[in-house]
This record gives sequence, C-alpha cells and structure tokens, in this order.
Amino acid sequence: MSILAATTSELLGQLSNRSLSAVELTQACLAAIEKHEPQVGALLTINRDNALAQAAGIDRRRQAGEPVGALAGLPIVLKDNICTQGLKTTCASRMLENFVPPYDAHVTSRLQQADAVLIGKANLDEFAMGSSTENSALGKTTNPWNVAHAAGGSSGGSAAAVASGFAPLSLGSDTGGSIRQPASFCGVVGLKPTYGRVSRFGLVAYASSLDQIGPFANDVTGAALLLDAISGHDGRDSTSVHAPATQTAATVEQPLAGLRVGVVREHFAEGLDAEVEAAVKRAVDVYRSLGATIVEISLPHSKYAIAVYYLIACSEASSNLARYDGVHYGHRAAEFTNMVDMYKASRSEGFGDEVKRRIMLGAYALSAGYYDAYYLKALKVRRLIRNDFDAAFQQVDVIASPVNPTPAFKLGEMTADPLKMYLADIYTISANLAGIPGISIPAGMNSARLPIGLQLLAAPFEEDKLLRAARMFEREHGPAPRPFVDGSSSR
Amino acid sequence: MLTTNDVLKVAELGRLKVTDAEVQKFAEQLGGVLDYVRVLDEVDVSHVAPMAHAADVANVFREDVPVTSLPRAAALANAPKTDGQFFLVPQILEHA
Repeated sequence: MSILAATTSELLGQLSNRSLSAVELTQACLAAIEKHEPQVGALLTINRDNALAQAAGIDRRRQAGEPVGALAGLPIVLKDNICTQGLKTTCASRMLENFVPPYDAHVTSRLQQADAVLIGKANLDEFAMGSSTENSALGKTTNPWNVAHAAGGSSGGSAAAVASGFAPLSLGSDTGGSIRQPASFCGVVGLKPTYGRVSRFGLVAYASSLDQIGPFANDVTGAALLLDAISGHDGRDSTSVHAPATQTAATVEQPLAGLRVGVVREHFAEGLDAEVEAAVKRAVDVYRSLGATIVEISLPHSKYAIAVYYLIACSEASSNLARYDGVHYGHRAAEFTNMVDMYKASRSEGFGDEVKRRIMLGAYALSAGYYDAYYLKALKVRRLIRNDFDAAFQQVDVIASPVNPTPAFKLGEMTADPLKMYLADIYTISANLAGIPGISIPAGMNSARLPIGLQLLAAPFEEDKLLRAARMFEREHGPAPRPFVDGSSSR
Repeated sequence: MLTTNDVLKVAELGRLKVTDAEVQKFAEQLGGVLDYVRVLDEVDVSHVAPMAHAADVANVFREDVPVTSLPRAAALANAPKTDGQFFLVPQILEHA
C-alpha cells in the first residue's frame, strides 16, 4: 500500500523509470477502492476494465519507447458533472441518472492526451449545489477521517477519493468553494483556478459566471501538474481566456522572496472555530518565519458576499437548468397531460429539493419588478467585492485565511436549515465572485482528528505565485497525514 | 416573507410542481434566504457598473462557417422518445 502514500512526483518518477507500471498503480488504486469505498462512498462509477486496458496500453507504449503524456499512468477520478464520452455522467441527480454524454469535456480530452488513467466518476451534491455532498440523489459520501462527518461539497467525492488513495489526482468544480472546502475537510490540496483559466466545455453548467474546474491532489506539486495539464484556451468555451496552459509545476519549488501575505481583518470574527483560527494563525507565523511580511488588510464588502453569491448563482442556475425538460435527454415523466405539464412533471420528479429551491430563488430574483432590487443590485455589489481584492493585491501578493469556519461538520448537522449551510461559505465565496484563484492546503488537525485547511488567494492569473506560496508552507509543515494509507487513520 | 402565491408563481416560472406540504416548507426556506439578502440594501451602488462575470471578454464570435457537429444518432442516443429521426414530444399547438 505504500505506493499510495507517494507524492504525485514520486509516482511519475517511478512510472517513468519503469520501477512501477501503470497497471500496477491502477491495480493498487482499485484495491484501495475495494477496501475502503464501501465506507467512503466517493464514487458513482468505477471504470475498472477500461482503466486497466488504458493502463496496459500506456505500459506497452512506454516499453516500446513511444512518447507518453505528462501524467502517463496516473489514475484520476472526475467529478460526475464533467462529461466523459460513453461513460455515465449523472450530476448525482435522478434527472441525469442514465445520461451517457456523446462527447468528452475539454478537460477529459486533455487528460486523455496526458495519458491519465480514468478510474472513476465521483459523487457530488446534485448539480453541484451544496456544501456537503448530502444533496446527492445517488449516493452517500462520508469523510475518510470519520464516517459520521461530511466530506464537504459539492466536490466531496473527488476530495474523499484522493484522501482515500483511490487515485492520486481528481478533478472537481468550484462555484462558491466546492473544491476548496471539501479539500479542507478531507485533508488534501484543492485549487480553484482564475475564472476562464480552464475550459468549462463539457462541465454541466450550474452558474456560468462562477463555475471553474480545478485539481485535487495529496500535495501541492501534484495539483500544479494537474492544473498545467488541463488549463489553457479552448474555443468551445466563449469565456475561456486567450492564454496558453499554465506551467506552474516548473516553478513551484521556487520560494517567493519578499512575499507579502495579507490577513483579512473581517475574517477573524465570531463564528470562527478556535482551533481553525489557531491553525491559520500558526500558518501565518510559518510565513513570517520564512521571511514574509504579514500585512493586515480589509475587504470591507466581504459581509455581503454570501447574499451576492446566492442571488447571482441561483439566477444563473434557474436559466442553466431550464434545459432539463424531458425533451432531448434526461428524465421524462411517465404521465402528463400536455407539453408544459410534461416539463413540470419531469423536472419535479428529476430534481431534488435544493435544486428546486435554487431554481425558484433565481426565478424570483430575475422576475419583473424584482430584477433591479435583487439580481442587478447583486451584480453591482459584486464589482465592489472585486474592487476590494484589486486594492488588496496592490498591497499583498497572497491572502491567507481559513477555508471554513469549522472543520468537517457531522452528517445531518446542517441540513435542516439551508441558510445555515449557505452562511458557512463566507471564506471561499468571494473568490468566485471576483474570479480570482484560490487554494486550500492541509494545515493540521483538530483535537478530534479532523483536518483543517489553510486558504491562499492570489490576483487573477497568478496561479504560479499561489502555488509557490503554498509550497513554501507545505515544505515547512511537512507532508499531510493520510487516513488509510500510513496507519494514521482514525474513526 | 414569501406567500403561498409567491411560491406557486416562481414554481410556475421554473416549470416545477409543488405539493401543498412543499409550498409551506419552501415559503419558509426561500423567505429566510430573501430576508437574509436584504443586507444588500445597506450598500450604496449609485455609481457602480454591474459586473456580470470576471473574464474581460464580450461578444466572442467565431467565423460563420459550418463545422462538423454531433452525428444524428449520437444526438438522439439519450432521447426519452425518438423515432430515429426526431425527438418525439407531446402535441405543442392546440387546435382551435
């Protein structure tokens, strides 16, 4: 099992010098899945036979001296809202329970070119709407560190899969924190790129101005390698920026001299768990000890971020989810009286409650008489939130903060009141509104042996700076513990 | 606070059916969120331009030339009801 404790770079080294074969690594991941998946529930689909065939093909080509891709032989899990041609993509919804995409997402094609081995599709909150993966209609995911606790969401399955050793790498999507928060809950690295950095073609849309696909890994360099493999302009996504793929892995080991780390005054208020606060402050001390300057900054409009997010995201979702009408794909009700009734019956049967809430909230915010007061107002406050970050990044290179007010909450603890769940997004949500990149890295465990994450944020298109700063901390802090891999598991 | 009628109205806009039990539950939950977002009333946005998205792009076009698209069989593969040529749906237009 020790190969599952290796870093991504170590695995690539062993694969490259052929001391480890792609088939052996895939088999090790499949064995981890067999052993721990019944408890963790991270995966909706396991692509066993295809993955082994793909791995065998990569081994053959490497043996023959043929060129192989940058991630050749590394198993990867994709969140089940990312289209994989010929392989069911459900969005954890009854609406798409049997949907088999006729095309690959852009990131799926890039991973194929990189020779990553597609080993499975991960569970999520339905249509990426949620912060715990409890809104999945198709499966239950538990935190690998403690079965009674949530893995986070909406990319809970992707985070749990990497923490559990089911694959060294996974992809998630982040609209309000859905990569960073589950990364912090599961004790892995998760990164949300700058908006436009990674093509959304083939990502089932939730909120188009906020969604971004991003990497999970057990270490910072792994996340860098995966980001490099999926980023870059794609003509099929009209919001994709005209920039080439990132090359963050090439520079990630270089520390940043004269690093200025911002700490946000508004972040350290009531509601922040004492152990989370202590871990973040210890992390800031690490940066100070490495020669960084710590600067207190203000993001005065942060208190409005959740309100702005839920108005914008729900408005965009109400539009994006209008396509699920039982006509071209997805669930169609068996009984209905006419066309419109077919839409209503199909949608009501296919969607869970949280999806319905967000569609209705969005419809309300966009409706005649309310559009100016809600949606348009939210777009204006969004600009103020972005302006706060632009001003902050004149004074600092990165911002350090908690990821979530608490470590992983118990399953069922937050589900009774949707608003309570929403309010926990306070640290992650502004980055999506502003379009800036952010990362969560493991920064210790609390007294109940649940992981705590440190978030770093950077200015748009500064992923290399973000990753170098993250690596500086990781180098000092040491490798994060793993729940099943190195004997340090707990229940 | 959201009334029952408000919920029924937005359910209609979203092409959703809600049961009587659900109407009450959604009225409370959605009402709670709408009350919360009133915090934005505090913010003066008199000279602020709306920000629809973060990417500094607008009207991204491609050349108007036909390109290969999804083959018909692939496009119909997930259809709930098809005759092999079209997506089959209930009658759209009512006869007078």
